[in-house]
Amino acid sequence: MPQRIVIVGGGVGGTIVANIAARALHADEAEITVIDATGQHQYMPGWLYLPFNGSEGLELSRSERTLLNRHVRLVVGQVAHIDPANRELRLLPGQGHGGIEGLGGVREATLPYDFLVLGTGARLAPEDLSGLVAGEGRWHDFYSLEGALRLRAALHNFEGGRIVIAIGGIPYRCPPAPLEFTFLLEDWLGKRGLRQKTEIHYLYPINRVFTIESVAEMVTPLLEQRDIKYTVFFNTDEVDTDQQVIKSLEGEEVPYDLLVMVPPHRGAKVIEASGLGDPQGWLPTHRNTLEVKDQQGIFALGDATDLPVSKSGSAAHFEAKVIAQRLIAAVRGEEPDPNHALYDGEVMCFLETGHNAATQLVFNYEHPPKPPRPSLFYHMEKQLFNRAYWHIVPQGLV
Amino acid sequence: MLQLADITIDKEIDARGSFCPGPLMELIRGIKVLPVGGVLAVLSGDPGSAKDIPAWIQKAGHEFVGAFPEQGYTRFVARKTH
Repeated sequence: MPQRIVIVGGGVGGTIVANIAARALHADEAEITVIDATGQHQYMPGWLYLPFNGSEGLELSRSERTLLNRHVRLVVGQVAHIDPANRELRLLPGQGHGGIEGLGGVREATLPYDFLVLGTGARLAPEDLSGLVAGEGRWHDFYSLEGALRLRAALHNFEGGRIVIAIGGIPYRCPPAPLEFTFLLEDWLGKRGLRQKTEIHYLYPINRVFTIESVAEMVTPLLEQRDIKYTVFFNTDEVDTDQQVIKSLEGEEVPYDLLVMVPPHRGAKVIEASGLGDPQGWLPTHRNTLEVKDQQGIFALGDATDLPVSKSGSAAHFEAKVIAQRLIAAVRGEEPDPNHALYDGEVMCFLETGHNAATQLVFNYEHPPKPPRPSLFYHMEKQLFNRAYWHIVPQGLV
Repeated sequence: MLQLADITIDKEIDARGSFCPGPLMELIRGIKVLPVGGVLAVLSGDPGSAKDIPAWIQKAGHEFVGAFPEQGYTRFVARKTH
């Protein structure tokens, strides 16, 4: 009997795990299933550029089926409940005439598993910050496709005033993104002839403008040279969209004309519904083996974990390779190779600083990043990666 | 002097090796979901935490219980007061 590997979430992590495992394991060793809610794979880093029309030529989404090894079964459906005691998942009933896509037309299904990989990601939770739900439509974000498109429309109608960029909750996906957005915004406003009419105000929760000290030291002078105002120790407590004021836990108030928020994030609903997560729905995950703590045969990766690494495609990418090695060994009853089957906190990402420059952050649990001076080289590398992604990353080729 | 053994810790976050988002972000995240009166510990190997963590706790008006050095890292303990 082949072992049943079920992967929930067809994001970057889940897709890489499926593809590496499918290449290594024979069909009589393992049956690999990916369950994805939409069947569409999103390239979320592309959303950063959308508000500035900077995503021409960038593909932001592709069919998950086209990215998966042909031996991987894709089920398009929503997982309603995970039952680790019985090693099975319950799917929500299919909506269309054909039932649940990928399951031969059945309307309801319970899927058993021997190994489970949870790449269930993060979801935006505006309900976690006072004022966001009531003020819907009167603040902006670039953390969803719809949000980024709406922000693009708002920016294209903008004629000057105060733009505030703020963090609505911790943790959030891609910690450098708000800083990148701020730099790209400054650049774009200059090209539109609106820079002199606009005050840009960047608000950040901790005592410097970015979490990594060396990066903060590098970018703070850039903010100052470009006349971008910043306030640190600003943890957003409330957004008042009537008065157009944002308020912090630390007792400060900042007025705005256009507000760009990083909405609060939470783990997936199914994690909360199954009682597997912490109070925010993040999965308690072993920092090296990536096993979900106190569970048997369950792994977690990417945004879904509670690990102290950035919620990013990059972390998910490196984690996926570790999980794939552990699964392959487990299916064959072998010990995992300690050189490839332990996650060391590896992350590699870029930080756009505007004006066609970027820097690069490479780090792991042991080694802090040593970012190079922002340059055209890293900006071009990032642009190249944005395009090459579809051909090398989901397949697990890099 | 206050001893670690005298404190009841409700939640502990291991932020060792965290550069991004970093130990202070982990502490803020932990404080936010803790009930008022709860005690949070964050493990950090980052020397900068000795300055960053007490500074934020003071700014946010919570109580800094103490910093307890261990082998290669420090356990920072805070109580949520409001």
